Amino acid sequence: MFNPYLPYPVRIEEIVTETEDKNLKTFKFAFLKEEDEDKFAYTPGQFAELSVAGKGEIPIGIASSPTEKGFVLFTVNKVGVVTTHLHAMQPGDIMGIRGPLGNWYPWEEMEGKNVVIIGGGFAFTTLRSSIVYMLHPDNRPKFKDIHVIYGARTPGMLLYREELASWEQRDDIHMHITVDATTDPGWKYNVGFVPAITEKKAPPGDEETYAIVCGPPIMIKFTQPVLDNLGYAHDHIIMSLENRMKCGIGMCGRCNVGKEFVCKDGPVFTLAQLNTMPKEY
Amino acid sequence: MIDYTQKIREIAARLLKEGTVDMVIGFRKGTVPMMNEPCFIRKPEEADRLVWDSHCGINLANYLYDRKEKIGVVAKGCDSRNIVTHIVENKIKREQVHVIGVPCTGMADKRRIGALSEKDGEIREVSEKEGRITVKGDSFTKTFEKKEVLQDNCTTCLHRNPVIHDEMIAEPVEEQTGIDPFEDVKRIEALSPEEKRAYFQGLVADCIRCYACRNACPLCYCPTCFVDESRPQWVGKSIDPTDTMTFHFLRAYHCAGRCTDCGACERACPVGIRVRQFTKKLNKDCVELFDWEAGLTLDERPPLDTYRPQDPNDFIK
Amino acid sequence: MKWIKIEKEDFPRGLKALAETYQCLGPVKGEKYHDFKVLDENRPPDFDFLNTPLSPKFLVEPQSEILFEYTLDEKKEDAHILKEAQKDLPPRLVVGIRPCDAAAFLLVKRNFDTEKYKDPYWVRAYEALTLFGLACQTPCAACFCTTAGGGPFDEAGLDALMVDAGDHFLVKILTEKGEAACNTAGWENVVEEKAALDAAALLKETAESKIASTVETDNLKQQSTTALYDAPFWEEVSFSCINCGTCTYVCPTCWCFDIQDECYGCSGVRMRNWDSCMYPLFTLHGSGHNPRGTKLHRVRQRFMHKLKYYVDKYDDGIQCVGCGRCVVSCPVNIDIRRVCNLMNALPDPSTVCPV
Repeated sequence: MFNPYLPYPVRIEEIVTETEDKNLKTFKFAFLKEEDEDKFAYTPGQFAELSVAGKGEIPIGIASSPTEKGFVLFTVNKVGVVTTHLHAMQPGDIMGIRGPLGNWYPWEEMEGKNVVIIGGGFAFTTLRSSIVYMLHPDNRPKFKDIHVIYGARTPGMLLYREELASWEQRDDIHMHITVDATTDPGWKYNVGFVPAITEKKAPPGDEETYAIVCGPPIMIKFTQPVLDNLGYAHDHIIMSLENRMKCGIGMCGRCNVGKEFVCKDGPVFTLAQLNTMPKEY
Repeated sequence: MIDYTQKIREIAARLLKEGTVDMVIGFRKGTVPMMNEPCFIRKPEEADRLVWDSHCGINLANYLYDRKEKIGVVAKGCDSRNIVTHIVENKIKREQVHVIGVPCTGMADKRRIGALSEKDGEIREVSEKEGRITVKGDSFTKTFEKKEVLQDNCTTCLHRNPVIHDEMIAEPVEEQTGIDPFEDVKRIEALSPEEKRAYFQGLVADCIRCYACRNACPLCYCPTCFVDESRPQWVGKSIDPTDTMTFHFLRAYHCAGRCTDCGACERACPVGIRVRQFTKKLNKDCVELFDWEAGLTLDERPPLDTYRPQDPNDFIK
Repeated sequence: MKWIKIEKEDFPRGLKALAETYQCLGPVKGEKYHDFKVLDENRPPDFDFLNTPLSPKFLVEPQSEILFEYTLDEKKEDAHILKEAQKDLPPRLVVGIRPCDAAAFLLVKRNFDTEKYKDPYWVRAYEALTLFGLACQTPCAACFCTTAGGGPFDEAGLDALMVDAGDHFLVKILTEKGEAACNTAGWENVVEEKAALDAAALLKETAESKIASTVETDNLKQQSTTALYDAPFWEEVSFSCINCGTCTYVCPTCWCFDIQDECYGCSGVRMRNWDSCMYPLFTLHGSGHNPRGTKLHRVRQRFMHKLKYYVDKYDDGIQCVGCGRCVVSCPVNIDIRRVCNLMNALPDPSTVCPV
């Protein structure tokens, strides 16, 4: 019987410190067994449990795109027991990945539509996956305009800075990078909170336009009325929830929001769905 | 007990009507025999919900802290001692509580009564009158002298009357005298180390780590209990006997000098573990070493969080 | 449907024969209470019990269970790689399980045996069971199985149902597993169906009539989730709760668990332990945020899960078999029957005059 709790063994290939506070690191993993990479077929928006023997597991959004082969990427914030241990690990170390888990952004539904990605802080990981996925030559024709509004506290707290810069150079994606504040005279992008930039830069909402919103609760709280004003219908606002998880497969019982399990029925929900659910996230 | 109930209702209604308190915490009639449920009322007309009988064993001091309201609380002797402990430990302010003191003649032990009626069948109804408790099942009626079926801690209780109160619902009852509360502890003290170990292992063998004992205890208010800490993780989470034992012993030590022997832990345990066997030894030590019983005075801090030059120090040799 | 008769004096002989093939378990009287234990000649089942205070769910979901083993010894080639823990899972025969507890396995199965994922530990342990239920002829005062979707003679989830008929058991064989166990035991005294049915029906009627407590559930499905969630009664319902895990641990239909790693030197295990929605830690985020940070949240979660979320998710009744264990064991007398009725009777908010 397939054991959904058994992680695939992986090797840490590379570790990149992403942010100036050194609290976010991106881990590049390679599967020890080649066939496991095929079994780990994922779609942007999904997550996986990173497993460290002796410490436990931690659910993390997949930051790489399925169009990137030979590795998977996870950006991990140092918070608890497992993530602290992970941050101390080195390339070459062996650990595990279990997944992919959960649902994904509604790519089929969004085909032929405009996609507006709105992200804040370190909740940009599955959004990176989504951008890389959409920009792949095989996929780019499937979408109309792509907007990205991404903000962090300071320039040094932005994830994937080199990639952000390279996307800025492209003409098939509208980048609106912003920081809450900066003293850097060389900063050439926006200054302001994500909701304010969204108000200024996001296209108006219509049947043809979807917004994917990921960020800290405070950002989501103030972005939602902006999207309402812009005319986004609640079933066109896509969000990804986080709750404490253990099993990742809807069995252990802790991550539910109403009758839905964030790990299995989510993490991706439309705002229209969330409106009918208790606010337990 | 009817007059107790009546008196509690009158006082609660008056306090709420006068605005002396915002809420009164007491007991309402339970849904199963020999159980009453802690409850609160906020309006004078709700006072009829409150009851008092020999099944009000739960310690209401557990419900007082982290609240904003001015609270009236129905308190028997042990509850009042835990209120004192809360005040001394800065969990509540004296002026936030209005103590409605209940002179107590002990609480009935539903397990003991259940065991004494086991052969007859399940108890479906209970009543009490003039110091006797009568239980009824489908095909039996049995009457017990209340003093024969008290909770174990009530049989050795030396403070049945509230030690602080803003008003009393009745005249104080006579305190029990000539009792050695630590007879059982002395028996354990006389055992060899191996026998002690076996004794305590046997005590907790059935533990399911539900933490009812801890959560029922008014003293266990730590924001994160040591068993729940993950950084570092002091105790394993399984039902490994060593972890279970660690939990019980450490919890007991955290209660040293604070425990009023209210029996909340034992009453709450769903598998009938005699949890007080852990705490009582420390209570005895506090009496012998520091002449201290917890929760009797607002003017003194418990011995284990103060230092006095005359503290016994024979253990440093 | 086949009925057989087992003389009580023949029971031990049958169990002895069964022990060749099965690990046999049954209710055994301990110092304080009855519990399901492995049977042998010195430890016979004792059927003179109402029900066990602890549910037999541990037969399928033990309180602590090792899932994986591993070594952290860098010298070993497989260091840090998890290996499924090998388990000896003999066929197990459980005699004397109450119908409510057997039915509970079916409710829990929906969680562990899904289309998308199967929990191999749960599924294997469940499949290894053969359940010989014992009809409840003296239901407990706190039982409400007849309005929770079952009954004292309910057959759901059982392989055979035993009815105590004085000096013998009348046994209704319900599945092939049940038939196979009877053959192994040598219990083959087939009785005429009509007569057995009549005898059992009479006892069943008597037993059902003894169940005095009920719950109302007819309205739960159509109640609005958010209206129930925001219902005014939760403060009052949750007030006395001390947030221990007793209700969830004694419950045959509570399945929530935690996953933990533990190491001894270089050898480690990943295990699962029962967990409880009553504990603040259950949902605490790494950031310190807790979506169910108060006891009101947690008490509400327990009842909403059992009486609303489950009802909506599976459309087949409540996640409760009415065994009454939580009612009896709760240290502060929180009563699911009362809460269920409050939830069922919550007025539609659109029809209530907002005063």
